Amino acid sequence: MKLLLENAHIEGIRYYEAYRKHGGYRSVEKALKMTPDEIVEEVKKSGLRGRGGAGFPTGMKWSFLAKPEGVPRHLVCNADESEPGTFKDRYLMEFLPHLLIEGLIVSSFALGSNATYIYIRGEYAWIPDILEQAIAEAKNNGWLGKNIQNSGFDCEIYVQRGGGAYICGEETALIESLEGKRGNPRIKPPFPAVQGLWMRPTVVNNVETLAAVVPIINMGGEEYGKLGVGRSTGTKLMSACGNLNKPGVYEIPFDLTVEEFIFSDEYCGGIPNGKRLKACIPGGSSVPILPANLLLKDAKGNTRQMNYESLAEGGFATGSMLGSGGFIVLDEDQCVVRHTMSLARFYNHESCGQCSPCREGTGWMYKILKSIEYGKGRMEDIDLLWDIQRRIEGNTICPLGDAAAWPVAAAIRHFRDEFEWHVLHPEEAQTRNYGLAHYADPREVVAG
Amino acid sequence: MADNIKVTIDNITIEVPMGTTILEAARKIGGDVAPPTMCYYSKLKGSGGKCRTCLVEVSKGSEKDPRPMPKLVASCRTGVMDGMEVKSMTSEKVIDARKGVTEFLLLNHPLDCPVCDQAGECDLQNLGYDHGNAGTRYDYDRRAFEPEDIGPYIQLHMNRCIMCFRCVFTADQLTDTREHGILDRGDHARISTCISKALDNDFIGNVIDVCPVGALTDKTFRFKNRVWFTKPVDAHRNCSNPKCCGEVRLWMRGEEVFRVTARKDEWGEVANASNGETGWICNECRFEKKETKDWVIEGPTKVNRHSVIAQGHYAGKVGTAKQPVLIDKVIGKAPKLTLDIHDVSGVNKPSYHLDQIEGPAHSDDFK
Ligand SMILES: Cc1cc2nc3c(=O)[nH]c(=O)nc-3n(C[C@H](O)[C@H](O)[C@H](O)COP(=O)(O)O)c2cc1C
Ligand code: SF4
Ligand code: SF4
Ligand code: FES
Repeated sequence: MKLLLENAHIEGIRYYEAYRKHGGYRSVEKALKMTPDEIVEEVKKSGLRGRGGAGFPTGMKWSFLAKPEGVPRHLVCNADESEPGTFKDRYLMEFLPHLLIEGLIVSSFALGSNATYIYIRGEYAWIPDILEQAIAEAKNNGWLGKNIQNSGFDCEIYVQRGGGAYICGEETALIESLEGKRGNPRIKPPFPAVQGLWMRPTVVNNVETLAAVVPIINMGGEEYGKLGVGRSTGTKLMSACGNLNKPGVYEIPFDLTVEEFIFSDEYCGGIPNGKRLKACIPGGSSVPILPANLLLKDAKGNTRQMNYESLAEGGFATGSMLGSGGFIVLDEDQCVVRHTMSLARFYNHESCGQCSPCREGTGWMYKILKSIEYGKGRMEDIDLLWDIQRRIEGNTICPLGDAAAWPVAAAIRHFRDEFEWHVLHPEEAQTRNYGLAHYADPREVVAG
Repeated sequence: MADNIKVTIDNITIEVPMGTTILEAARKIGGDVAPPTMCYYSKLKGSGGKCRTCLVEVSKGSEKDPRPMPKLVASCRTGVMDGMEVKSMTSEKVIDARKGVTEFLLLNHPLDCPVCDQAGECDLQNLGYDHGNAGTRYDYDRRAFEPEDIGPYIQLHMNRCIMCFRCVFTADQLTDTREHGILDRGDHARISTCISKALDNDFIGNVIDVCPVGALTDKTFRFKNRVWFTKPVDAHRNCSNPKCCGEVRLWMRGEEVFRVTARKDEWGEVANASNGETGWICNECRFEKKETKDWVIEGPTKVNRHSVIAQGHYAGKVGTAKQPVLIDKVIGKAPKLTLDIHDVSGVNKPSYHLDQIEGPAHSDDFK
């Protein structure tokens, strides 16, 4: 069942006419007849969890928002989507801009935000125009501006382009950047819910999270909560890429198995050229990589499903995370060392440089990985890498440090033999890849 | 006071007012319980949280919520709660993390102590001796920048900068216009003025005092002497600048004034002046008044006996630590050793042992 992308293929759905004709803005009509607290209650009942990566329950986050007398509050939509492998928000904004605007209006009403911001990744250069057009259309039709639909509620939505820094997706760095400052994460506390944008109470939510508010209001929180598995409710957008026949953005039910997602024709259609599955990063570049044998089934032998709990089964030792839904698949021809190196380069480049473990550690890890990849590694470098990531993790200001440490830790944990092979066969490693070894796809599938 | 709450750090309990940070509470206990700090500066608003050397373990959150905190926290930016229990040097995790941070900070640091003017009063040098390993595990090129003259008085050695942000806060909070800041990000971030513009604000000289390393140094002092050969003397003058306290420290050799700085407290921060305000000094006092006749001399500075500068038997010590009590309490961990710069520095290796010299060390002693 699709809740977000149901109408994505209708012609002209990007524009107001078609969007409204197919039931658009119904949730605003319904919400304006409710009280803000009732809306927060519905979102709580729905069990919706943040789609930006951490999976924090949205209703709970909203109820933490401080409401001091006479101080404006803000809702900020996090559209900075820069995690390698993640491109679901882009799809939503590009093809269904009104769905996001609709979700923003309802959420702004629920939180009492009269000025709501969309902070969008700088490289998404063409999307602000699409959003601004949608905002203008919504305004012309009385869904934005003063006294929306005679409810007495005023709301404006502003689009702000970022400068193209991954770190500005971290909510407090985003707030700093919105304020026109250098995008350095703030030291918490205070949390944004108490002192956020311009030191006012602020909620920062992901694009997909805010879009999901629309079906929640339309169908009721309780109905939404019945979809899915356990604490993973509703549906999730996945952006699949890598060695797949049909990479792209899919809306999935949470009871879908990982195997089905990769191999079925309804979703990614298997791996091209008859290659076998080697490994996968299921939730965006920051989450631990899993070898095929731990991806399709967890360590206890249960079939893995595409939801928060099942992917995390086994903790970091044998599990991973759903994260932001950036699903990256590696086939047998991919080199884990090279892959880890390019992620390390990314985090080295994107570290804001405020705190020493992340600033210095990310560069160090990248240099070591580069030397291993290019045949200059030593055995002790592998242990050194482990030591470095261990001392970054948990010791930094913001989770970027953890995000840089986890991929390296997981790669060494699961693919240590491949690192050692690189060190022992520096010349051969320049000419061929290590291949599959024991972590092969247990089903021995050769997809067509 | 009714508002006082109890906090226990390394098994020593102390009462502090609500709103105190763990670090300030630990400093009240004093000695080695106080975590090392490279970025926090109590006199600069918003400072701290960045270097991560002051990480501590909170083994009990508070009386109300005794759960331990899941991660180590930056003690300089974490407030105490009633009944909180903190482990600083009694925690293996903390010791390991500090070792890590020290290694990270030294990674791109040039280790040019022999030619650095900060040697002997460098926080990073001290941190390295207390928490570092001998040798480095890093064998790649270090970040390299050319030294930059920023204005007539100050030289910037970006290679040595540890990105503590103190100088940025100082310029923000002390001077009318900030002319420098941080450009770029990550390990290629650097302190700079946009186009090597001069920093020529009345109070900009204070960035030299807050800089924990030798990244910002006094051009009027450069290479003239080693700090431990000069003798610190407290002095004051009637400065015409209303914002300047005029209370300084002169670094002298014989009758010659080599350098003028603000006075520092036991934590290496600019101390409060007699009027109770932070004792920042103006550029004129710092850079232009280099003769004894400019000053009313008050007498020799009392120096912490751990300091390198104190190698030559100075009177007294500023610290409040009760060392003997401490050793009993912190499960046998000895307090930090008095370091001897001459054992580690490549230059200045006199055959004399400093503690055999009577009175303050003087360069004449090393001829
Ligand atoms: C380095 C870093 C980058 C992040 N980038 C994004 C991002 O691009 N988009 C996003 O929605 N959340 C991102 N987050 C997570 C946000 O900090 C925040 O948790 C999220 O926007 C909350 O929204 P949610 O509760 O709806 O998930 C990032 C976090 C970190 C630490
Ligand atoms: S962890 Fe990295 S990105 Fe986050 S504040 Fe520290 S240096 Fe900046
Ligand atoms: S120049 Fe000195 S004070 Fe400024 S950030 Fe670097 S180390 Fe800190
Ligand atoms: S002194 Fe606390 S983080 Fe630097």
